[in-house]
Amino acid sequence: MIDFALIWAGLIAFAVLAYIILDGFDLGIGIMFPLLKKKEDKETAMNTIAPIWDGNETWLVLGGGGLYAVFPLAYSVILPALYMPIILMLLGLVFRGVAFEFHWRARKSQHLWDKGFAIGSLVAALCQGIALGALVQGITVEGRAYAGGWWDWLTPFSLTTGVALVVGYVLLGSTWLNMKTTGNLQRLARNIAKLAGVATFGFIGLISLWMVFIEQQYLHRWFDAPNIYYLFVVPVLVFIVGVSLYICLKKERDTSPFLLSISLFLLSYIGLIISFFPNIVPPSISVWQAAAPDSSLKFLLVGAAFLIPIILAYTTYAYWVFRGKVKEGEAYH
Amino acid sequence: MEFLDPVLLARVQFAFTIAFHIVFPGLSIGLAAYLTVLEALWLKTHKTIYLTAFKYWLKIFSIIFGMGVVSGVVMSYQIGTNWSVFSDKTGPVLGPLMGYEVLSAFFLEAGFLGVMLFGMNKVGKKLHFFSTLMVSVGTLMSAFWILSVNSWMQTPAGYAYNEVGQFIAKDWFEVVFNPSFPYRFAHMVTAAFLSTAFLVGGVAAWHLLKERKEKVKNDAARLMFSMAMWMAAFVAPIQLFIGDMHGLNTLEHQPAKVAAMEGNYQTQKGAPLLLFGIPNDEEERVDYAIGIPKMASFILTHDFDGELVGLDQFAKEDRPNVKWVFYSFRVMVAIGMGMIAIGLFSLFLRWRGRLYDNRFIQKVAVCFAPAGIVATIAGWIVTEVGRQPYTVYGLLRTYDSHSPLDAPAVAASLAIFVVVYFLVFGTGIVYTLRLMRVRPGEKGDVAQEETKVSTPVTVSSRLPQDSNNSSEEDAR
Repeated sequence: MIDFALIWAGLIAFAVLAYIILDGFDLGIGIMFPLLKKKEDKETAMNTIAPIWDGNETWLVLGGGGLYAVFPLAYSVILPALYMPIILMLLGLVFRGVAFEFHWRARKSQHLWDKGFAIGSLVAALCQGIALGALVQGITVEGRAYAGGWWDWLTPFSLTTGVALVVGYVLLGSTWLNMKTTGNLQRLARNIAKLAGVATFGFIGLISLWMVFIEQQYLHRWFDAPNIYYLFVVPVLVFIVGVSLYICLKKERDTSPFLLSISLFLLSYIGLIISFFPNIVPPSISVWQAAAPDSSLKFLLVGAAFLIPIILAYTTYAYWVFRGKVKEGEAYH
Repeated sequence: MEFLDPVLLARVQFAFTIAFHIVFPGLSIGLAAYLTVLEALWLKTHKTIYLTAFKYWLKIFSIIFGMGVVSGVVMSYQIGTNWSVFSDKTGPVLGPLMGYEVLSAFFLEAGFLGVMLFGMNKVGKKLHFFSTLMVSVGTLMSAFWILSVNSWMQTPAGYAYNEVGQFIAKDWFEVVFNPSFPYRFAHMVTAAFLSTAFLVGGVAAWHLLKERKEKVKNDAARLMFSMAMWMAAFVAPIQLFIGDMHGLNTLEHQPAKVAAMEGNYQTQKGAPLLLFGIPNDEEERVDYAIGIPKMASFILTHDFDGELVGLDQFAKEDRPNVKWVFYSFRVMVAIGMGMIAIGLFSLFLRWRGRLYDNRFIQKVAVCFAPAGIVATIAGWIVTEVGRQPYTVYGLLRTYDSHSPLDAPAVAASLAIFVVVYFLVFGTGIVYTLRLMRVRPGEKGDVAQEETKVSTPVTVSSRLPQDSNNSSEEDAR
């Protein structure tokens, strides 16, 4: 049966997915920044996201704030468990965020803030991926608190998911640039996208296989009958999307590579949810155990049901205002 | 090893990051409202001067807002990393309020910020004004919710406990509009407006002081100075009134905090208002006290011989740190009094037609440019340190609120925060000051030519580059 905890699990999952996709291409552009040699290219790339990055990052705040509100137990277990990667991610986001302003205000130190933009984006992406990997591996809980060690999050698997997310964000960022720019910059973005696409595809396969060896639950979820008969659709779709992405990049399409990259993320995300469910903190805390009392879930749901459609409407409007290709020298500042 | 007490380190980390953070949203609230007023006046009167002032402060706003965003994201996660027991216990009550803040405020600000900052050439004037207005509304909504959260921690209401020891809401209206919320909200928003007014006034005064040497009338600086001084003259006295009401409310709900503010160790009738002194916790008295007899009793009880509860009514482990609260309170009040004095003096000068010629008030205004920010932080210390030793006043102790913390990890992250914040936000402040040094309406400032061209499309197509170039030149 659908209950309030499940509705909220769906909404939080949506917020996190929105964050990963939207800030994913922002961060991807940051990570690619050193590959863009010309100053004009850097500025054009930055300008494609300058008016929207703040809204994109807000989904992260909704993910965190929402978790605190509706799954306080999950919030208070996950954050201490991932203390270091979370703090480093936040610091990375500080450098990334101020760079949008500082780039235009700096004189001699401009190249330093550009490096801060790139390194901040890289660190934030890497830490998010590591956090995800650590979560997949499971978190040690006793009573209502984190009971693991200080470095539990650091494993070969979590480092792999960290690198994988970096590569995946580069794919999102490069296909976004391919869509939003022209000329040499677009060509460069397309070439990066091809490499990143192949690498992302490889990482999805590697991590999917690795996951089923980590935890029995994941293995059973995917391979036990009857699940396997309909869940095999997911890897098949990943394969189809991956091949289409490569073809569209070859054919030098503008928009479809970006949409296909998003689809790749969406499918991977669905795969993760299938593995996790019904846990919110694997392996022991379920969605219902972590949920706040119904009075809290209902109170916030009223607002969410009313406000999220409005948010989606004006966010779409903001994207619409800044639609189309951004040309070189068309500085917003 | 007091120094390596991880809870103390976590408290220092929270205090440090929020003290930095609070400055930026405070100024964002004020500047967004100011920009809305300026743009409205421009749309109504079509006078270039308003557009000049608008563009001038828009650039400064964009830096300050950006720093507020990145320092704010840190806050939303730090509650969980360092204060997980607090998060688990208060999540069902405070979490939804923060959720409402994100949904009704953060998205609104972020969604329209892009259009506000970069959209002048993309949308019509009215839509652009609407965006500015929405950003401004967003900053106020954000203040509404976060101060409701903060006030609930000070004066919890409308709650019950569930079987696992979490706070749960019994009555959401009582939770949101808890007893100290209306006062704190009014006091903080007014503080934000005043801080901004004095920042604007200080920058304008600096340009007016330069005006003499330049021998060119600086109309934009005059406009800014005049608007700022109107705010000082009327809003600063209102703030005194609100602050007084807030104090009375605190006396009702958190008498220990007021006793620390007043430096009142012994319960007494006819308590003096201490202007200065050095609180002495061992001897339970204030050394070298200079005060006005019976005045504290009069202010707080409206009776010269009213009885004020002293710290002696509270066990030592239930008292806040007196020194921090006592000194910070005096800094805040002194600045507030200074603001009122400046405001009244400006009224006198305005009446004599000398508002723009008096060098004394201009010099004082320059000194007072950061005063509101200092007062805000001081007031924040009064209310937050005054809430100790609890996170939820009277119900949850700070030492029962923290995460399973490891001292070296907290110490390391604190050290990184300190270095990064001083580097990043220090640089941001330098850039802000650099923008403030540019003369409003300086040569090549696009706003000059703007109104001559009628179609918004043509205007805007050269607007962005021009404004960029001019600011670069100006900065040099």
